[in-house]
Amino acid sequence: MQNNRLASLLKEAVLTFVISLILFGPISGLVLDGFGFRNELGRSVTLAAIITAGRVLVSLAGMSEIGKRLRSRLTSSNSGVTVNTGQERSPLLPLAVLFLAGLALPFFADKYFLGIAILALIYCLLGLGLNIVVGLAGLLDLGFVAFYAVGAYLLALGYQYLGLGFWSALVIAPFLAGLFGMVLAFPVLKMHGDYLAIVTLGFGEIIRLVLNNWLEFTGGPNGAPVPAPTLFGLEFTRTAKQGGVPIHEFLGISYSGDYKFWFIYVVLFLVVCAVIYAVHRLRVMPLGRMWEALREDEIACRSLGVNHVFTKLSAFMLGASTGGIAGVFFAVHQGFVNPTSFTFFESALILAIVVLGGLGSTVGVVLAAIVLTILPELLRDFAEYRVLVFGILMVVMMIWKPRGLVRLTRPAFFPSSHSEAGIALRLEPQTEAGR
Amino acid sequence: MSTTETTAGPLLQFESVHAHYGPVEALKAVDVQISKGEIVSLIGANGAGKTTLLATIFGAPRTSSGRILHRGEDISTLPTNRISRRGIALVPEGRQIFQDMTVEENLMMGTTPIGMGHFEEDRAQMFDLFPRLKERRSQTAGTMSGGEQQMLAIARAMMARPELILFDEPSLGLAPLVVKRVFEVLAEIAAMGKTIFLVEQNANHALKLSQRAYVMVNGRIHLSGESAALLDNAEVRKAYLGLH
Ligand SMILES: Nc1ncnc2c1ncn2[C@@H]1O[C@H](COP(=O)(O)OP(=O)(O)OP(=O)(O)O)[C@@H](O)[C@H]1O
Ligand SMILES: [Mg+2]
Repeated sequence: MQNNRLASLLKEAVLTFVISLILFGPISGLVLDGFGFRNELGRSVTLAAIITAGRVLVSLAGMSEIGKRLRSRLTSSNSGVTVNTGQERSPLLPLAVLFLAGLALPFFADKYFLGIAILALIYCLLGLGLNIVVGLAGLLDLGFVAFYAVGAYLLALGYQYLGLGFWSALVIAPFLAGLFGMVLAFPVLKMHGDYLAIVTLGFGEIIRLVLNNWLEFTGGPNGAPVPAPTLFGLEFTRTAKQGGVPIHEFLGISYSGDYKFWFIYVVLFLVVCAVIYAVHRLRVMPLGRMWEALREDEIACRSLGVNHVFTKLSAFMLGASTGGIAGVFFAVHQGFVNPTSFTFFESALILAIVVLGGLGSTVGVVLAAIVLTILPELLRDFAEYRVLVFGILMVVMMIWKPRGLVRLTRPAFFPSSHSEAGIALRLEPQTEAGR
Repeated sequence: MSTTETTAGPLLQFESVHAHYGPVEALKAVDVQISKGEIVSLIGANGAGKTTLLATIFGAPRTSSGRILHRGEDISTLPTNRISRRGIALVPEGRQIFQDMTVEENLMMGTTPIGMGHFEEDRAQMFDLFPRLKERRSQTAGTMSGGEQQMLAIARAMMARPELILFDEPSLGLAPLVVKRVFEVLAEIAAMGKTIFLVEQNANHALKLSQRAYVMVNGRIHLSGESAALLDNAEVRKAYLGLH
C-alpha cells in the first residue's frame, strides 16, 4: 500500500518534470541574442525542478488528514444551485452594517486605498452590467467595454462640446449606452454562442477604433480631458473652473485634493448599491425570470409565449446602461480619457469577473470584482510576474470552484403570509375530502 | 350556447401543410383537424415528423406552404409569442423545463401569456393535481425525477389556462407505473374541458385515451379515423402495437 503510493507519487513527479521542461524549455531556456540564440537550459531545469517539488508537496499535503478534509471542503461545497429555504435569518442587519461600513470607508482609508476602492466599485458596476447579459440572459458578450467607453467619452466630449457636467452625464449615460446596446442587439438577435461572441467582440473593437481614429471629434490617441465633478454647483478644484464656488471656500475649510475622491467614492458607492438592489428586484420579476428562462431553453420559451426579441433586447440594453454609468465614474475619477483604457483586455477582465463570481450571482460578481482589483495591487511586488500569478490564480480557481466563487442562490418562494394562509384554508377541506 | 361554439368548424386545422428543414421535407401535405373538447392522438415511428408538426404551430420551422387555422384564422405567420396568448400550450418533448429554476419559478414562467393575475389560485389547483410538486416547490427542477419533471412540464403548460394543450410524447422515458399516472392525468385534464392533441409513441395508451387518431409515416398522414377502429386495424396492430 505504502509502496504503491510512493510509486504513483514518483510517476507523477517525473511526469510533472517532463511537462514543465517541455513548457519552459523554449520559453526560458533559449535566449534570443541578436540574430542567434544562447542556450540557458539550466534555467528551465531549475524552474521545472521547483514546479515538481511544489507538485510533490501538494500531493503529500493532500494525502495527510488535514489536506483531505480541506480538499473535500473546497471541492464539494457549493457545487449545485442552492435554494433559500425561507428559514434564513433576515440579512438586513449585516447588510446595513456593510452599507454603513462602505459609506464610512473614506474616513479610514488613505488616498491610495481609496483609489483602489473606487476602481473596485467601478468593476463591480461593470460586472453587474455584464452579469445581466452573460450571467442571467446567457448571451456571451465579448465587447462589453464599448458601453464603458461610451459612458466615459460621453462625459469628456459632452463637456467639451455641450458643456455637460458630471451629473448630467450620469443621467444621460444609461440612456445613451442603452441606445448603443440596442444598436448592437438588433443584428445579433438571431445569433447564439460563438457567433454572438465574435460579433460583439468586433463591436467593441469598432468603438475603440472610432475613438482612436476620429481625431477631430474625439482627440484620437491623445484622449480628452474630463471636468472635475460638482456638488450643487460647488466645485472640488482649488479654484472655481466651472463657474461655481470651490467647496473648501464654501465650507470654510482648507483645500485638499482628497475631497474630490471622497465625493466620487460616496456617489459611486450609492449607485452600486442602487444597481445591486435593482438587479435583485429584477431577478424576482417576470423580466428577470424570462432572461434566465431564455438562457436555459429557447424552445420552451417559444411555446410559453416569451417574446424573445424584447427579452434579449432588454438584457442587452440594461447591461449596456450599467456599463455606461461605470464609464462616467471612470472618466471623472481619471480626469482624462483615451482609447487605450478600452481595449479587449478590459472586456476579458469584466468577463472574468462574471465567470469567476459564478454566472448570475450578484454577491459573487461583487466579490470577484473586489478580488480582481485588489489582487493586482497586492501583487505589485512581483512586478513582471504579476500577470502570470494572476493567470495561475484564475486557473486554480476554476479547477477548485468551476462554477464560480458563489453559487447562484434561487429565491425560494415566500408568498405573503396572509395569502398563503388563505389558500391553505381553502385547500384544507378539499384535501381532507380527497382522502 | 356562446357565439364561439356556434361558429362550427375545428378549433385547430392543418390544411395541406408542408415544412422543410433546409432541403429536407419533414411535413408533406399534412391535414389534421381538432375540434373543441376532443382528445386527438397522433402516432408514428421515430422521425416521422410528429414533433415538427407541433413545432410549426409555434413557427419553428415555419410552414413552407399550406395554412394552420386556429378558430378559422391563419396563425402560421403570426409572431411566435402571440400563439400562446390564443390559448394554445405545448408540453414539449423531453420535458424541457427550466432546470436551474425552482418548481415555483417554472410555474411562474407558465403564466407568461396571461400574467400573474390568477397565479395563486392556479398554483393551488396544480398542487392538488400533482401533490408531489407541492412537496418539491422550492427544489430546483433539474434535480427532480423524470416523472416529477414531466408532471411539472404539464403543470407549467396548464398555468396559462390554455384551451388546447399539445403534448409531445409525455410518456417518453418513464417507468410503466408513471406512464399510467401520466395518462390518468391527461384524462383528468380532458375532464376539465380542455382540448388535447397528443403525440405519442405509446400507441396502445394513446389510442385508448383518445377519440380520434392520426398515423404519420415519413411526414405524411398515412391513416386516420376513430381510435377504437385504429386499435383493430391490422396494420396499426402490427406496426405500432407489436401485435399480430
Ligand atoms: N432542427 C432540425 N434540422 C434538420 N432536420 C430536422 C430538425 N428537426 C428534425 N429534423 C428531421 O425532421 C424529421 C422529423 O423529425 P421529428 O422530430 O419531427 O420526428 P418525430 O416524429 O418527432 O420523431 P420522434 O418520435 O423520434 O420524436 C427527422 O427526419 C429529423 O431528422
Ligand atoms: Mg418527436
